[in-house]
Amino acid sequence: MVVGMTMETFLQQLINGLSLGSLYALIAIGYTMVYGILRLINFAHGDIFMMAAYFTYFGIAVFFLPWYVTFIITIGLTILLGVTIERVAYRPLRDAPKTSLLISAIGVSFLLENVATYLFSGKPQAFPEFPLLTTPFFIGGLSIQPVSIVIPIVAFILMSALLFMINKTKLGMAMRAVAVDYDTAKLMGIKINGVISSTFAIGSALAAVGAILWCMKYPSVLPLMGVVPGLKCFIAAVIGGIGNVKGAVLGGLILGFSEVLMVAFFPALTGYRDAIAFVILIIILLFLPNGLLGKKQVEKV
Amino acid sequence: MSLLRTENVIMQFGGVVAVNDLNINIKKGELAALIGPNGAGKTTAFNVITGVYTPTSGKVLFTPTDKSGTATEIDITGKKPDKITALGVARTFQNIRLFKELSVLENVQVATHLNTDYSFLSAILRTPKARKGEAQAKADCEFLLERLGLIDLRNEKASSLPYGQQRHLEIARALATKPQLLLLDEPAAGMNPQETDELTDLIFKLKTDFDLTIFMIEHHMDLVMEISDHIYVLDFGCTIAKGTPDEVQNNPKVIEAYLGVDADVED
Amino acid sequence: MNETQNSLGAYLKLHWKTAVFLVVLLIGIGLADIFVDSYMRRLLNLCAIYVIVSLAMNLVNGFTGQFSLGQAGFMAIGAYTVAIFTVPVESRTAIFYLEPMAPFLANIQLPFVVALILGGLASVVVAFFIGSPCLRLRGDYLAIATLGFSEIIRIVFTNTQSITNGALGIKSIPTISSLWWTYGTALLIIIATILLVYSSYGRAFKSIREDEIAAEAMGVGLFKTKMTSFLIGAFFTGIGGGLFAALLGTVDPKQFYFTLTYNFLLIIVLGGMGSISGTIIASFLVTLGQEALRFLDEPMAFGLDLPIFRPGLRMVVFSFLLMIIVLFYRKGLMGTNELTWDFMAQKFQSIKKKLSRKKTSTEGGGK
Repeated sequence: MVVGMTMETFLQQLINGLSLGSLYALIAIGYTMVYGILRLINFAHGDIFMMAAYFTYFGIAVFFLPWYVTFIITIGLTILLGVTIERVAYRPLRDAPKTSLLISAIGVSFLLENVATYLFSGKPQAFPEFPLLTTPFFIGGLSIQPVSIVIPIVAFILMSALLFMINKTKLGMAMRAVAVDYDTAKLMGIKINGVISSTFAIGSALAAVGAILWCMKYPSVLPLMGVVPGLKCFIAAVIGGIGNVKGAVLGGLILGFSEVLMVAFFPALTGYRDAIAFVILIIILLFLPNGLLGKKQVEKV
Repeated sequence: MSLLRTENVIMQFGGVVAVNDLNINIKKGELAALIGPNGAGKTTAFNVITGVYTPTSGKVLFTPTDKSGTATEIDITGKKPDKITALGVARTFQNIRLFKELSVLENVQVATHLNTDYSFLSAILRTPKARKGEAQAKADCEFLLERLGLIDLRNEKASSLPYGQQRHLEIARALATKPQLLLLDEPAAGMNPQETDELTDLIFKLKTDFDLTIFMIEHHMDLVMEISDHIYVLDFGCTIAKGTPDEVQNNPKVIEAYLGVDADVED
Repeated sequence: MNETQNSLGAYLKLHWKTAVFLVVLLIGIGLADIFVDSYMRRLLNLCAIYVIVSLAMNLVNGFTGQFSLGQAGFMAIGAYTVAIFTVPVESRTAIFYLEPMAPFLANIQLPFVVALILGGLASVVVAFFIGSPCLRLRGDYLAIATLGFSEIIRIVFTNTQSITNGALGIKSIPTISSLWWTYGTALLIIIATILLVYSSYGRAFKSIREDEIAAEAMGVGLFKTKMTSFLIGAFFTGIGGGLFAALLGTVDPKQFYFTLTYNFLLIIVLGGMGSISGTIIASFLVTLGQEALRFLDEPMAFGLDLPIFRPGLRMVVFSFLLMIIVLFYRKGLMGTNELTWDFMAQKFQSIKKKLSRKKTSTEGGGK
């Protein structure tokens, strides 16, 4: 198997890994930012991603809106969804035991999955193809779908913008402050609610873009489509060091590459494709519990 | 004979040096105090001794006496807190960390868990050994509650206790681990002068009755000066003075450190 | 204080209400076992299994405060162990028609009880490997790792064709229909859990839930204690899974989708995280409630044909219920209390007081 692989196929797999990894990175950022600020695994994030995919599907395949209108509406609705979830399900529990918050997150996730199943049926819906993006072009022996190139480029632009925002703007500074010390930040007059809402808005917007790109590459939409990517992207965030945006990107790419390359090198393991993320998680937790870029956490006593 | 020694302990968090070159030597049977302005690194020092933090460098050495009466010095640097407690170091917390939802009695009983000599299976099957162990532990705990004046409250939720009694419960709980060295982190915080006096008496009695060595962080200077054998003064992580209460009181460095932050000392 | 446990007589005198209750309960199960129809029997069996698994989940999540979401996975392990080892050897070639069963397993057939315990132990072994890295770290990772494990185990069972028959699943598992299997096991596990929770170990579990740092400072070894709880939970859950397989007579990977876990989560949240009796009550409420609300999934056949009633509505209602409880009734039915005789007497008194107050304020009025 390994011997039989040509340079071309290897490069091809690398491109696939890069685009899958970029998608993971976009979703992982949402997890890492929310965890950084609320210390909460936002279980609903994968389902926010799923809802975004449905928004896009409805815009394009049901209401036949122009693609750019659909994208704007999708991003807008997804942001609204993310911010509403925080408002309704997380904010009232901010002073409750952490377990309650976690259960609430799981509850929202479960609710979204069930509502989607109820409204849109459990059957997968075919997402219309974009020939412009999916018709492969050839370079040397490589056949490349344009979408595989578009994904990393879009992801790269968005992540750079996000990093700029976090490091250079006032909102970004406030976010970092809240992440470092919630209580002190509050005392310093930072509007915590605004910062948290913005965090959910940004995370949801990135998940929406991720969903749009995802649907172009894997053109099928179903209610539980967010579960496994959601779990994997949280793992990506842990691999990179939870709370660290660059880490989430790094973790996403590592996961994307390892998944694609594992299947390419060991076709016999194709069935175990979704398992590799968890194997990596266990290894990371054993040897590098703070992730690749994370800092050691000191608990206050 | 020294019970607890630290050798050049440094505790650094990122760029902040919370404890710098701490050398203490507490003799068996004495009552030592650790004082200093807020933020001087006192609680951090306790956390290093009890294993909550592993020091950046330096050593913590503890010399417990075992049942046969022999004392051996053990390097406890960076050991897990529960292991250190099992060796005979118990502590209370400055900001009270009781098991809020558990009853007063249960709070103390938890601290006897380290001495259980039966497995969870025996506990489920309620073997004679397990029954005996449970009964003994319960009796020990009730005795401690009696001593701390909490026996009538044994079935109350810990969180329902008034503040002063919560502090007493913290002490009872720490004693239930059967310590040789007891670390008290501001036991009199938030108490009025009368309560502080009572506490002073209590600490003194417990020390004799349970054959304890006590190391205490405290802001109430009257209390500290009255009962301490030795005092260590920390400021910005550094030990600026050590000695008997008289020596420390007259040390110009101490006076200077305290004058600068007078308000903090008073509370 | 002397415990009056020396003679059976004295013991009964102290706990006569409980003794009477138990006798009535056993007679009730016995009568039900004789008289109920097969539909109700299956439902009651399911209730008992849900009691077992939810109790195990509450031990870990509610009492020890460790957020584990691996119930579906541990059940799958127990269920498959029972399936693999109890399916009659002669029917195995028919079941494993795509790929024959692995030779080292093909001829082993064990009695149900042995397979059941083996399933529990297999869960324990797997739990140890998941717990080793996760229980040393911040609690949150356990949730994701156990949820992930649930998914992996399904992937593994789908792919190990010669052992689990892959996606086809294993059929013709000898079924249990008597209520005594499930209720007997459930009773044993309830009693074991009560005895455990009210022992030094149980208090150690609760201390970790309350405050890890204080627990550790009091000499409670965090990793060891969490692991003990996690493994006991996995054992019970595996047993529950084994009973589940024997109840349904068939296993396949789809039954153990992680959403199964959310049923148990709903139960322990509804019953109260840290309440044994609450868990038992909630297990019945949720299991029977899901059955009673089945009509929500079916299009209305009479009167107005409302499009609201269609497949999926039931689960929407249930997830909504979970949200309502978490947001507004965080303590569930029981909080960390237990439905003891004293507790009931207290409740009864307070209700009586309220009623009498109402009576005086509204003047007279029927009851």
